[in-house]
Amino acid sequence: MSTLNLDVYMPVVILIALALLVAGGSLFLGSLIRPQHPNKLKDTAYECGEEPVGTAWANFNVRFYVIALIFIIFDVESALMFPVAAVFKRFNEIGLGGTLLMSILTFTLVLVAGIVYCWKKGDLDWVKSFNQTNQPTIARKE
Amino acid sequence: MNSTVVSYFSQSNELTSLIAGLSKLLGFDASSLVAFIIFAIFAGIIVAVMATIGGLGTYAERKISADLQARIGPNRVGPFGLLQFLADGVKMILKEDIITSNADKFTFNLAPVLCLVGVFATLAVVPYSSGFMLADLNVGIFYLVGMASLVGVGVFLGGYASNSKWSMLGGMRGASQIISYEIPATLSIIAIVLLAGGLSMKTLINGQGGAPQDWYLFHNPFAFMGFFVYFISALAETNRAPFDLPEAESELVSGYHTEYTGMKFGLFALAEYIEVFVVCGVAVALFLGGYKVPFDLGSGQILVEKLGLDGMIAQNIGQFLELGSFFTKTLILYYVVIWVRWTLPRLRVDQLMTLCWKYLTPIALFNLIGCAVWMYAFNGKSIFTLLFHAAASGGGHH
Repeated sequence: MSTLNLDVYMPVVILIALALLVAGGSLFLGSLIRPQHPNKLKDTAYECGEEPVGTAWANFNVRFYVIALIFIIFDVESALMFPVAAVFKRFNEIGLGGTLLMSILTFTLVLVAGIVYCWKKGDLDWVKSFNQTNQPTIARKE
Repeated sequence: MNSTVVSYFSQSNELTSLIAGLSKLLGFDASSLVAFIIFAIFAGIIVAVMATIGGLGTYAERKISADLQARIGPNRVGPFGLLQFLADGVKMILKEDIITSNADKFTFNLAPVLCLVGVFATLAVVPYSSGFMLADLNVGIFYLVGMASLVGVGVFLGGYASNSKWSMLGGMRGASQIISYEIPATLSIIAIVLLAGGLSMKTLINGQGGAPQDWYLFHNPFAFMGFFVYFISALAETNRAPFDLPEAESELVSGYHTEYTGMKFGLFALAEYIEVFVVCGVAVALFLGGYKVPFDLGSGQILVEKLGLDGMIAQNIGQFLELGSFFTKTLILYYVVIWVRWTLPRLRVDQLMTLCWKYLTPIALFNLIGCAVWMYAFNGKSIFTLLFHAAASGGGHH
């Protein structure tokens, strides 16, 4: 038997198909029996009874972008860490654990430096404090 | 065949002769066909069981919250109100389907399906017992982490496509929360992968034993802390209280599914409750010994020796014991999840981000390094083994 046996992924495909079947089936079954009386007011977005003003697809807070950037760094890190972690035990048994441990430590150290930098810069704070460093310049002129 | 349900059944002679007979009848090797049929049947069973557990989860949630708040809870439909989830399901199917006129219709319909696909796909590698497991992928836990993050995409798309301010806020919060808490959860998982030396679910569980002192939870202090980091992160990843900011009903109406009606909302809810079961199952598999039963009862070997049972019967009994072991532990964790929800108040967004990036992520990194150093220093022995050896050699001197 070859090491790459795609038959083991058969249940994954079956389960995804079943998920589509459950979702599609229940929605289709509903479409046969549920009422359908759309009107203009019912089809507006809910804003607590007021008529919606503008679209929701507007500029969004940049803090979410910063979080996403930090996430990508750590996500790549964990993806790269998985293979090293998976072979660590076997390498340790044949006496190469030290080498692997050093590489894990070095790799993590770089990342820790990254998170410490973000922390120092205040990018991990959700509400940025208005201390001396990033006070708005307009306020200072007055 | 590498996969476990099929390989478990292929031990019996009937199946082998069935495959041989079918091959002769059809004129080609029927083993793949038979494997497909077995997989389809068991995938159907698992989906049915999981849908029931998801439904009963909503019932348990309401009943337990009622108990905690000195109310009665649902008690009209069926005995003790147990059939409430069926009534809810029927109601959701009967409800009118409203898609707001400004919404992005394709993405709006896609989002709940993505959530459901992501959760159902993870069910393939959840280890129910050593024989009853759909796929023992060699990248098991990695695959599970990847598939589970589809839910985050579904949550964000749902919030974005609705074109409603409440939904947009909920979707944005959901996306940032799910991706943030994925980091400490994944780092805790990597620490356990270090201890087990493999990514497949079987490897992860086989490194543990049935009794608590053989669990990875008590392997070393770092793994012990890792369990709590993982569990807190898993709560946040499944949008459960105290981390239910994406749907925060008192501030965002209903968050990312504000505009969803009827069965589409039902699919979101179903996906959420099954996902809670899956993350509890992963916590059990990684830290709490998985399906292992004490005294190696799961293999059925002891039953053959002591009681003189037939090998196959003993093995089947063992499988049921393993199923019982896995489901008991998982459902206890499920109870804890619900308990936490009705005990703790919701966090603020800034507290949420502080907890993730300033506490859980550094702790998880520390645990990872700690586990690696422990493995290197003590050659992979658990703290109990070390204490036992120390006590034994100490006793020898006196």
